[in-house]
Amino acid sequence: MKALRNFFDKIKPYVEEGGKYHAFRSLVDGFETFAFVPNQTSRVGSVNIHDAIDSKRIMSFVVIALMPALLFGMYNVGYQNALVAGQLENATFVGMFLYGLLAVLPKIIVSYIVGLGIEFVVAQWKNEEIQEGFLVSGIIIPMIVPVTCPLWMLAIAVAFSVILAKEIFGGTGMNVFNPALITRAFLFFSYPAAMTGDYTVWVSQSSIFGCGYNAPEAITTATPLGQAALEGFSGYDSATICNAITGLIPGSIGETSFIAIALGGLLLLWTGIASWKVMLSVFVGGALTGWLMQACELTEIQWYEHLVLGGFAFGAVFMATDPVTSSRTECGKWVYGLLIGFVAVLVRVLNPGYPEGMMLAILFMNLFAPLIDYCVVQRNISMRAKRAINK
Amino acid sequence: MSKLFSQENREAFSNPLNLNNPITVQVLGICSALAVTSQLKPAIVMGLSVTAITAFSNVIISLIRKTIPNRIRIIVQLVVVAALVTIVSQILKAYVYDVSVQLSVYVGLIITNCILMGRLEAFAMQNGPWPSFLDGIGNGLGYALILVLVGFVRELLGFGTLLGFQVVPQCVYDWGYVNNGMMTMPAMSLIIVGCIIWAHRSINKEEK
Repeated sequence: MKALRNFFDKIKPYVEEGGKYHAFRSLVDGFETFAFVPNQTSRVGSVNIHDAIDSKRIMSFVVIALMPALLFGMYNVGYQNALVAGQLENATFVGMFLYGLLAVLPKIIVSYIVGLGIEFVVAQWKNEEIQEGFLVSGIIIPMIVPVTCPLWMLAIAVAFSVILAKEIFGGTGMNVFNPALITRAFLFFSYPAAMTGDYTVWVSQSSIFGCGYNAPEAITTATPLGQAALEGFSGYDSATICNAITGLIPGSIGETSFIAIALGGLLLLWTGIASWKVMLSVFVGGALTGWLMQACELTEIQWYEHLVLGGFAFGAVFMATDPVTSSRTECGKWVYGLLIGFVAVLVRVLNPGYPEGMMLAILFMNLFAPLIDYCVVQRNISMRAKRAINK
Repeated sequence: MSKLFSQENREAFSNPLNLNNPITVQVLGICSALAVTSQLKPAIVMGLSVTAITAFSNVIISLIRKTIPNRIRIIVQLVVVAALVTIVSQILKAYVYDVSVQLSVYVGLIITNCILMGRLEAFAMQNGPWPSFLDGIGNGLGYALILVLVGFVRELLGFGTLLGFQVVPQCVYDWGYVNNGMMTMPAMSLIIVGCIIWAHRSINKEEK
């Protein structure tokens, strides 16, 4: 740690304004404030709100909370690969995990290089501090795409969302939509074949650097939700739900395991970073809508199955609770969460073209979050006005 | 001759091409810009049609501007535009039927294009036929310019073709390149138009 501190102190004069390498100021500044809590507390002389941790520390906590889901996702990638190749009894735990690591790591690297690269360039250009929002987006993005998603598509989608969903709105904290979900939406609408296609995308079917196995032939492996949309849910029994809770089902890399997501969710709730109101109300909204749909005999999927299948849990825990794009008023958080759960299940059940509705639901409610806040605030104002008049 | 191309008249023609562009500055005629630009050919045809209609309706309205009663001027303008649109629509059907089918209702909807009514109201009602003609041509071409730009980007990235000819070579597809499906959707043209407006405003920062 000490050596790192000395290193930063040593290179600092070179990157200050007028220094030899001042083009790298934002880069050095970004890494320094990531490694050490900055001593300097405020740059602008106006009113500031004091908080015990800065946003870089918050982001680090979210990244830690994502780790269980990510690590399990890597294992699941290897597990699914061994499963389709019919080699499950020969595969070892380490082998499967290593395969998943090799499959997922390039995506994380690409996502970070492209996204942070753009952030650094923009920060340098506008002469601002580097913004840290992408620390989380950069790791969420590889977790919400299929494992076979080509790297160049990922790079284009990341660039698109960082520039058009974030930077043009003013950067971290100003964005209307969740950048990670915009990335996925861009991929989903631009390259539908690579995102759902004929359901060969969910499981990696060839070996990487000698790890894993080649599937004997291209095997169609739908996610349980995709399967349900295609041919009804009748083929599934309780074993599927058990697998969905542990996470051994095909799906996007990080979304499959309910348990791993719950671990991360508990950390977020314990540290107070995510709002428990949003998280709870998304699940309540989804469960109620699922139950309603089932009561109207529109779907064969049980209401509780909606909560563990697909990206519902991941979206509820990590995406809906994004403090920037969700509602800010306490009452608004309930409405926001309930509507996300409602729309997600609605899309899943009523639109056969989209077996998964979580992405669209969250993006849709991101759009409405300011309106919800406005209504809550106005209601409060009129209530207080009435009280004052009645006195 | 020098009077025909006076400073004022030249500006009536050239301003809408850049500094007063109907799409990027006045933000008019956006709907058709989103609807017809998924390929280059319909975009060009649409741009030319609007140019012709704007120019001639400007001339006609400018000629009769002193006889139009003020209270019914919008109806008169609409009749002129509708007549011209019908003529253009028939010509398109006769000579470029495939594009006409592709454009479908959007040729008829030129009547409702805000650029036309805007130019008639703002320019042709106050100016003589010749400046009005130049103004109409300029605005039409300014509109066509943006349409062609958007159509170029969308057809190249969405279909890998330009004017129907394969531009992206097969070997690129063999390497794993895939056409961008979102480019063929109207949503993406809104984003492209937004990017063009962004670029245009950053270039012309001083003029405002």
